[in-house]
Amino acid sequence: MSRTALRGRAQLKGRASVFAALGDETRLSLIGRLSNGPPQSISRLAEGSMLTRQAITKHLRVLEGAGVVRSIRIGRESVFAFRPEPLRELRSYLERVSEQWDDTLARLKSFVEN
Amino acid sequence: MNMSIEKRIELKAPVSRVWRALTDYNEFGEWFRVKLDGPFVPGQVSRGHVTYPGYEHIKWEAIVQQMEPERLFSFTWHPYAVDPAIDYSSEPTTLVEFRLEPKDGGTVLFLTESGFDAIPKDRRFEAFRMNDRGWTEQMTNIERHVANSS
Repeated sequence: MSRTALRGRAQLKGRASVFAALGDETRLSLIGRLSNGPPQSISRLAEGSMLTRQAITKHLRVLEGAGVVRSIRIGRESVFAFRPEPLRELRSYLERVSEQWDDTLARLKSFVEN
Repeated sequence: MNMSIEKRIELKAPVSRVWRALTDYNEFGEWFRVKLDGPFVPGQVSRGHVTYPGYEHIKWEAIVQQMEPERLFSFTWHPYAVDPAIDYSSEPTTLVEFRLEPKDGGTVLFLTESGFDAIPKDRRFEAFRMNDRGWTEQMTNIERHVANSS
């Protein structure tokens, strides 16, 4: 397999895991909180939530696996911080797809109008 | 951050003309730049290959979903599947919908591509409706953050 293909596959996998990580209400709300504030501990994130610490930990690991958050060890506790890079990559991917549609629809337009 | 692609374009051609350009496989192939093996049939796989210069080695494959005459044409496919060395078949598919509306003798075409996150759009709204901070607001917040920190 070519290097380009390997890189392509890695990007595809990464993108799929980021999309999957975002496709859950709890995880989305965790990202929402972390992206608008300072890094937070699991207990802090569990406050005011219906979820147990275990459940929150599980979701944070999924987000960490997708690279959307990272954990930082502070003393005996881990805090979780938002990482914008994967979402930025996702956005530029969707922009590329969007531009392709612009070109395609422009061709449809000239096809039916001429 | 909007996770689906939505376009609206006005065409100076009647709905019947646009419908034919969308659903006649030869006409579709002309502007979409694919050579298709046969006509579109709902529920069936449409196969062919890309004719876009430089991408001729790429196969085109989609599953036709709905064909409601002069209103809706939709198919599922693997978005942006341009690298022939990668097997995209196990990846989630997206849904492409073309909706037509007549306007002043012409046509308004709405194009939507959804399902990048492997969640059907309708189900997602169902899932987020009960949430006090909905999907759109969450994505707007995250988008703002991503934009600010770049």
